[in-house]
Amino acid sequence: MSRAKILLENGTVLDAEANLNDKTVLGELVFNTAMTGYQEILTDPSYASQIVVMTYPLIGNYGVEKEFAVSKKIQVSAFIIKENSETPLDGVMSLSDYLLANDILCLSNVDTRKITKIIRSTGSINCLITTDEITDKHRKMLAEYEFPKNVVELSCEKKTEKFPAVGKKIADFALIDYGVKSSIVEQLQLSGADVTVFPYDVSTETILDGNFDAVMLSNGAGNPKDVNIETVKNLIGKLPIFGICLGHQLSALALGGDTFKLKFGHRGANHPIINLETGKVFISSQNHGFAVDEKSLPSTATITHKNVNDGTVEGFCDKSKKITCVQFHPEATPGPEDAREIFQNWVKSASRENVHA
Amino acid sequence: MPKDLSIKKIIVIGSGPIIIGQAAEFDYAGTQACKALREEGIEVVLLNSNPATIMTDDDVADKVYIQPLNVNSLEYIIERERPDGILAAIGGQTGLNLVTEACNDGILDKYNVRVLGTSIDAIRKAEDRKSFKDLMSEIGEPIAKSEIVDNLDDAVKFVQKIGYPIVIRPAYTLAGTGGGIAHDEDELKSVVYQGLTASPISQVLLEESLLGDKEIEFEVMRDSNDTAITVCSMENVDPVGIHTGDSIVVAPAQTLTDKDYQKLRSASLKIIRALKIEGGCNVQFSFNPKTKKYVVIEVNPRVSRSSALASKAAGYPIAKVTAKIAIGLQLHEICRCENSEVAI
Repeated sequence: MSRAKILLENGTVLDAEANLNDKTVLGELVFNTAMTGYQEILTDPSYASQIVVMTYPLIGNYGVEKEFAVSKKIQVSAFIIKENSETPLDGVMSLSDYLLANDILCLSNVDTRKITKIIRSTGSINCLITTDEITDKHRKMLAEYEFPKNVVELSCEKKTEKFPAVGKKIADFALIDYGVKSSIVEQLQLSGADVTVFPYDVSTETILDGNFDAVMLSNGAGNPKDVNIETVKNLIGKLPIFGICLGHQLSALALGGDTFKLKFGHRGANHPIINLETGKVFISSQNHGFAVDEKSLPSTATITHKNVNDGTVEGFCDKSKKITCVQFHPEATPGPEDAREIFQNWVKSASRENVHA
Repeated sequence: MPKDLSIKKIIVIGSGPIIIGQAAEFDYAGTQACKALREEGIEVVLLNSNPATIMTDDDVADKVYIQPLNVNSLEYIIERERPDGILAAIGGQTGLNLVTEACNDGILDKYNVRVLGTSIDAIRKAEDRKSFKDLMSEIGEPIAKSEIVDNLDDAVKFVQKIGYPIVIRPAYTLAGTGGGIAHDEDELKSVVYQGLTASPISQVLLEESLLGDKEIEFEVMRDSNDTAITVCSMENVDPVGIHTGDSIVVAPAQTLTDKDYQKLRSASLKIIRALKIEGGCNVQFSFNPKTKKYVVIEVNPRVSRSSALASKAAGYPIAKVTAKIAIGLQLHEICRCENSEVAI
């Protein structure tokens, strides 16, 4: 156990315990308010190049298990927690061992509430963590730091892979992987879709040649405006398009809409959403720093979901262009399963049987 | 749906004396509810038999009746005050029983008084063992397997189906006299024999043993729009088998993975929706950490002792929100003013 310093963009320096030596990490500092699901958070590709602070004070209670990872590696740049409260469990790997094995810097015994309050008041902030003493060199590094524009390329798997439907196959989905959580693919499979996952830079022709019923745009990290959306633009009107999180923002951009950066984002498992079509409210899992500008969407688009807390757009559809998407995470993992039926609805609506009927 | 404007005057039933199983938490809940209703411009008439409470202070309700909590005094007050509605779900079991009784006697119909929040029907469904069992099997939520038997052969047959250990509870005996737990056929024979002898009607209930499971609770809220949320989860430090009163409860649950937590959360939302509860409710589970299977132990269709704990631990005013839901407000319309600084 060594010591580390956290240097924030506003000059604040905090002291913490670190699990590794000789490390210096830079990244965007974000907080997550979920009380469970730390392993899912660590492995969520949407957190690539970010340093995640957990507001819930006790992390590590139930260890880590293979089935909870939502991608093949830990994606966060570093992890900041109040207290690692792990206890030895039979046959279960501990959080410390997991982070060590993956060479991920984890800071503990730090005032996570203070950090969260700073982020909430100043807005999204970059930070530097080092196991050395803070010097001018570190301050300069932080001042010059820029969030990587190619974060999608860094975080996603760059291969084409096919996943069969569970049970009766009713539709064939192409999924463009901008850093997809494996649970999105699983939920599509469970809803009866064959899913072919393509890398983020897939060409329009590859998808059109595949004879798919629909395209799903995955979640992912970073600013949606840094992502090449040529393929998405070309697919509009040719195939039904569904989007989640980054996929939702890319759909808006492809329609000529705009996105903006939220003050400090929505990251947690307790965000209320109102479905404007039914007037029903449910709780969602969220992880996004950018949002779709409601006014920028074309008149053919209808806002379907809004965040009850701040009124931001959480979902829209454009029937004329066959686009339906949501900002929140219906697949959960971690978080509430309240919106899981969205997958069944989407797969059913894209099903060939449905189209022919 | 916004506030129901036809409701101008409400009778709130207090919790009565402080006894074992019903302590000051209902005074806390009742006081919160009275304040919440007055905040909405509603005239609050309070009935409570216990003057040594905060809720009977002269600035909590508009009018206070310190009278016995029985149907006679309730009818007297209703006749004098002519309220539009009655709120029962925050006075603990006493309040619920009184309103149920008044409803059965036709008093509420006679004076056209509506039961606000959770309906009497929903309360009955949750509290009656048989109808609760039926409802759970209808919506596919597991409960402990059980069977009533009056002879040893039937007992052995039942255990062959579900296995050991098994809990044996004789019917109509005091403090479980003659009951016990059997781990094999020899024990089963002796305990069932003992139970049948102890029971005045020679009947025992055999129940699947949940000993050693994790005991998890959820505090759940639902409104008239069918929005349902969990306020928090709670976990008993001691396993099932140790009485809650002898144990320590922590909020939120500490040892559940997100997957298991969400499984129980989804089940508690399904249950509160099936029961059509409007307001707060408490759902208790027994969760086996090895098999990852759970069983619904019971549901309290009202503000309970756990709600007071959950309110304090989570900073979410369950009784206040229950009162607001009772007058038609929906969860997303209710502002958590005192906690506006809470990070979301």
